[in-house]
Amino acid sequence: MTGTDVQLQPRKKGMTRSQKRGLSRGAQYVLFVAAVVVFALTADWGRLKNQFAQWDIAKQMFPDVITMALKNTVLYTLSGFVVGLALGMLIALMRLSSVGPYRWVAGIYIEIFRGLPALLIFIFIGVAVPLAFPGTEIVGGTYGKVALALGLVAAAYMAETIRAGIQAVPKGQLEAARSLGFSPARAMISIVIPQAFRIILPPLTNELVLLFKDSSLVLFLGVTLEERELSKYGRDLASQTANSTPILVAGLCYLLVTIPLGFVVRRMEAKAQEAVK
Amino acid sequence: MTETPHAAGPEIEVRGLYKSFGDNEVLKGIDLEIRRGEVVCVIGPSGSGKSTLLRCVNLLEEPTKGQVFVGGTELTDPDVDIDAVRRRIGMVFQQFNLFPHLTVTDNLTLPQRRVLRRGKTEAAKVAAENLSRVGLSEKADAYPASLSGGQQQRVAIARALSMGPEVMLFDEPTSALDPELVGDVLAVMRMLADEGMTMMVVTHEMTFAREVADRVVFMDGGVIVEDGTPAQVITAPTNARTRHFLSRLLDPAMAEVEEETPEQPR
Repeated sequence: MTGTDVQLQPRKKGMTRSQKRGLSRGAQYVLFVAAVVVFALTADWGRLKNQFAQWDIAKQMFPDVITMALKNTVLYTLSGFVVGLALGMLIALMRLSSVGPYRWVAGIYIEIFRGLPALLIFIFIGVAVPLAFPGTEIVGGTYGKVALALGLVAAAYMAETIRAGIQAVPKGQLEAARSLGFSPARAMISIVIPQAFRIILPPLTNELVLLFKDSSLVLFLGVTLEERELSKYGRDLASQTANSTPILVAGLCYLLVTIPLGFVVRRMEAKAQEAVK
Repeated sequence: MTETPHAAGPEIEVRGLYKSFGDNEVLKGIDLEIRRGEVVCVIGPSGSGKSTLLRCVNLLEEPTKGQVFVGGTELTDPDVDIDAVRRRIGMVFQQFNLFPHLTVTDNLTLPQRRVLRRGKTEAAKVAAENLSRVGLSEKADAYPASLSGGQQQRVAIARALSMGPEVMLFDEPTSALDPELVGDVLAVMRMLADEGMTMMVVTHEMTFAREVADRVVFMDGGVIVEDGTPAQVITAPTNARTRHFLSRLLDPAMAEVEEETPEQPR
């Protein structure tokens, strides 16, 4: 961009590389500023403020949005995560088993549940199961249903993550454990799995973030007022007040959790990168 | 050097051992006996099957055919409790294979507690003893990643010793080390040999083999070519393949000179 080295280089079509790059970048800035200006001028600010930033509507959401809605979201997520982790671990071990049928069952499970939309699983648990097996009650009511539905979906993804983690532990670790007299199961529990979990902590935390968002599908299960989580609560209030402010507040509550978690994941990934070096 | 106490039978016995990986036959009929207290070094070119033989001795590799006995127990018996037999066989790997998520002390105590069901205090005591034997007491709370290769290998030896093995297997224990770190590991192995431990050592360290081993076994192409005292096998090998291997190993520049006899030690 400075004139000094321009003279040293042979001139091609009038512009040097750095000049071209500068021009292109300048053009992009101009376009961006123009878009912002156009939006600012054309948007109906009063209307937007009315729709999304009604202070008294936001105020009347507290403390319920935290003590009930956010609390339920967290509860649904954690219970789904625990079920998913336990089931995912089982499926991962089956997938790595030397017994053929175990591997096939695990493979089929993973293919099916990774291939279906989470919403369909929720509808299946909420509607199809009670119709198909009348009289059966899923333990724990809504909480049980959500834990099961989220867990079934999460298990498929987590199983693949856990399997990859177990396979990433060097073979010598298992050999060292076996040579010391550990049985295969003990070696797995004491030596391999703890190391696998260090490797997969970042992707597992990512899965937690995904589950946190997927817990909004509870909307389709039909829940009592006290069982509402962020999305349902936000939507209900939005229709009651005919205003979008509750949606905005609910959204902010999600970000309150997901952004720090995402930050934690990036920190862990950076640390893991450093450890490799 | 040989102090063999009234051996009732061989500590390690290998009979008619064959091992194939797919179509690749790595061991082609191995017979070997190692008496209690004996130190046997297995040498040979890479791909000769020496590491596979060692790994067959504690069944980390399943032999295709043949029998392996350790302390009178047949490991190749399908009904044997392999975990119980392995407790009596310590193994040291080329890549150390310390557990990276545990401190040095925990590396030594966890196997004792989980496998031998020793109490916390006893396991800690045994661990401290063995750490001091390998000269690394001050590293008790360190993690393996903060240790040098030589230190890691000595911790690995201490970990195997903490299980109170009757036999120690060494799979190229110094091959992954920087040259200046080899000496400390060999010194620990020499100490063990002097204490009367039964040892089977796959190695390229000819000086160690010459000075410490009671017997040297030369393998090539999946068979034992020569088996005898270090003086016989290393200093005055009778077989042409042994001579060729040793001349290349001891003086790579003279690889083609078949008549070259390695210089006399000591």
